[in-house]
Amino acid sequence: MLSFFIRRLGQSVLVMLAVALLAFSMFRFVGDPVTNMLSQDASVEEREQLRENLGLNDPLLVQFSTFVSNVVQGDFGISYRNQRAVSELIAERMPATLELVAVAFVISLLVGLPMGVYSALKPNSWLSHLFQTISLVGISLPTFVTGILLILTFSVTLNWLPAFGRGDVVELGWWSTGLLTVSGLKSLILPGIMLGLFQVTLIMRLVRAEMLEVLRTDYIRFARARGLSNRAVNFGHALKNTLMPVITIIGLQLGAMIAFAIITETVFQWPGMGFLFIQAVNFVDIPVMSAYLILVSLIFVVINMIVDMMYYLLDPRLRADRASANSH
Amino acid sequence: MRKSITSVIMTMTLGLAVTAPVMANTLRIAEASDIASLDPYSVTESNTLGFLHHIYEPLVRYNAELKLESALATSWEVVEPNIWRFKLREGVSYHNGNLFSADDVVASIKRAVDPNAPIRVNIPTVVDARKVDEMTVDIVLSKPDPLLLNYLTNVYVFDKEWMVEHNALKAIDLRKGEESYATTHANGTGPFQLKSRQPDAKTVLVVNTQWWDKPQHNLTKIEFTPISSDATRVAALLSGEIDLMYPAPLQDVNRIVATPGVKVMEAPSLRTIMFGFNQRDSQLHDSNIKGTNPLKDQRVRKALYQAINMDLIREKIMRGKSRNAGLLVAPEVPGFDASLNERFPYDPKAAKALLAEAGYPNGFRVGLDCTNDRYVNDEEICQAVVSMWARVGVKANLTAQSKGNHFQKMLGGGSDIYMFGWATLPMLDTFSALTGFLATPAEKLGTWNPGGYSNTRIDTLIDQVSGELDETKRRQMLAEALKIARDEVALLPLHQQPLSWGVREEVSLPQTADNKPRLWYAHIK
Repeated sequence: MLSFFIRRLGQSVLVMLAVALLAFSMFRFVGDPVTNMLSQDASVEEREQLRENLGLNDPLLVQFSTFVSNVVQGDFGISYRNQRAVSELIAERMPATLELVAVAFVISLLVGLPMGVYSALKPNSWLSHLFQTISLVGISLPTFVTGILLILTFSVTLNWLPAFGRGDVVELGWWSTGLLTVSGLKSLILPGIMLGLFQVTLIMRLVRAEMLEVLRTDYIRFARARGLSNRAVNFGHALKNTLMPVITIIGLQLGAMIAFAIITETVFQWPGMGFLFIQAVNFVDIPVMSAYLILVSLIFVVINMIVDMMYYLLDPRLRADRASANSH
Repeated sequence: MRKSITSVIMTMTLGLAVTAPVMANTLRIAEASDIASLDPYSVTESNTLGFLHHIYEPLVRYNAELKLESALATSWEVVEPNIWRFKLREGVSYHNGNLFSADDVVASIKRAVDPNAPIRVNIPTVVDARKVDEMTVDIVLSKPDPLLLNYLTNVYVFDKEWMVEHNALKAIDLRKGEESYATTHANGTGPFQLKSRQPDAKTVLVVNTQWWDKPQHNLTKIEFTPISSDATRVAALLSGEIDLMYPAPLQDVNRIVATPGVKVMEAPSLRTIMFGFNQRDSQLHDSNIKGTNPLKDQRVRKALYQAINMDLIREKIMRGKSRNAGLLVAPEVPGFDASLNERFPYDPKAAKALLAEAGYPNGFRVGLDCTNDRYVNDEEICQAVVSMWARVGVKANLTAQSKGNHFQKMLGGGSDIYMFGWATLPMLDTFSALTGFLATPAEKLGTWNPGGYSNTRIDTLIDQVSGELDETKRRQMLAEALKIARDEVALLPLHQQPLSWGVREEVSLPQTADNKPRLWYAHIK
């Protein structure tokens, strides 16, 4: 178990280093931050001086190793655009993103799961067909279009919900939350739906397909033959077994939602990490871009590692194989 | 707005449904990007400086007509050619209660001229400041400079005690990796004071009741929200969540106008959009003509000029909102001469004849570099120009990319023909255009002249103008330089792009061509 863990840890560090290096080599194609940082009247020497001082003239590998050694010491640098510590900026934005993702996640579970179960149990009812059609729309519409449509309908036409921002937030220590005020809760609804819509359709389709599969298996037939109630069979046996692969997928989706809430955050001017990143790209704010990409790869690496560890714990065959392999 | 926990719990116990009523005199504004910092010396962006003007104030400021007027200084005189003496305003206090005096001005100027302070480039000739008495200050220049007052409109005065107390006597130096207290806090003398700030979310200012000037506004509070997505910004205005937003995207202007309760304010801005030519290299980067550079030939430049139908661009792409330009600066800019602003006429036949005369009867291929996220409809303009040039045989190979990449390529000298805009800000004078892109590139001059245009008369004029304190003579020389540039087709001016602000009907404020709303003139009915 320990050696498994250590090996995975080593691999994870390599993955993160690779991501950071890739990101670094891409930055030179984003443009020159110095043009954004100095005024139009700055002279060529001043530009050159700033570039030199920021270390932008060093070879790529030198820049990279400086960055990595700083990061190891917990120093992500100062943002070119905001002129504040990058770690502080990210910490400040993280609650906004996490709350948004949590809401979207809850929405996707509360809506997607029942829809999936229903359309598996009654595959031929008109409602199931309706669900299928809706989910097709949900999967094929680009999210920014859904976002704009939501704003048009609920903000501009009906005037029910705010079109942008987080509303009033409450500070709980370093965590700022929008969950405790009316305007904060109202502000969460539209972006939550926009971010959750794709997940709803994904979960619905996944649950439906898995459950149809499970319902065909022998033990379900035996359960029915024993005369168990529909309720016990469908929910006690079928749904439980359906959920195992579903949990794995939505766990991974959770990581994707945290990392790629960028579009939702841009459309709704949501002051989260993704928005910070997109602003950084526009300004060629290299320290923020690097830190964000490292963070995203960390999130994925951690989630993947947890999933792997869970397999290891849950599936005895994995352990048995290893034991027999070692004995040879 | 940050609420304390207790007030939230109170609201919740009161039944949750109570939302704070919006005060009648709160002005909610939205702009495409957030201000970069609260420290006006650490940035040179005009949107940041424009917003911070509500909190901080300079010695002299522009009024609603973009004319200079006294602010923290009441009078000034040139005591020696390179020393200006300023009398300071009495009875001015900072938001923290400290009194304004000569020490503050001296400390601020010293902070601004620090070699590491980004604002330094905005006040090139200022060397030092000296206290004469409690309410008098001398500003020392490296050489006589007629534009000192223009420069000073961007140097906001800090409170010395406050800077000392918070260790902020120096503007941030990014290279040292330190943060500055002034980046996240503010203490000025302005009409509004900072209440709270959440970067990228909301910045709230409240009225300063102790302001020295007689308020011409009736606001009690300003809420500033950046909204980067055009569609969302428009939606927020239409749904009544904000009162003033800019820029209003051109394609949405008609929709805003059609909506009851909101209006669009439009005016041509100071920013002139133009094309620069590579006249330095002996051969172009992206052309079939080898061994010689066709853009060095004035006839070719004029042919490209006359092949562009600006009326069509104005009507179809700019929806009639731009102002076609014959000169390289806008009419509001000192040095502009209306008699020279006529464009060379659109005339494809003449263009073809000029090309034939120059030895390119069948045209040639050339690279055209444009931004796609910097100016109003920049990419569309360039696409239109490509097809107009194609009609006279010039095949332009268009590269439209984001500003970071574009300016890197352009300023590095990698472009044949390149698009850029010039508002003459922060100087607000033709001299900025002269030194920026008409001067022969050298040390501090011609930093935006990667094409290498060079004219000895213009260089001489720049030298003379820089120390000329007689305003009439100075303007004559500026106009002469603009005329030479026009006659030689040094660059190809297109138009002044429009400003458009979306506003609720109840709000009135002057629209200034520098695109900085001055909310101390704003009224809400």
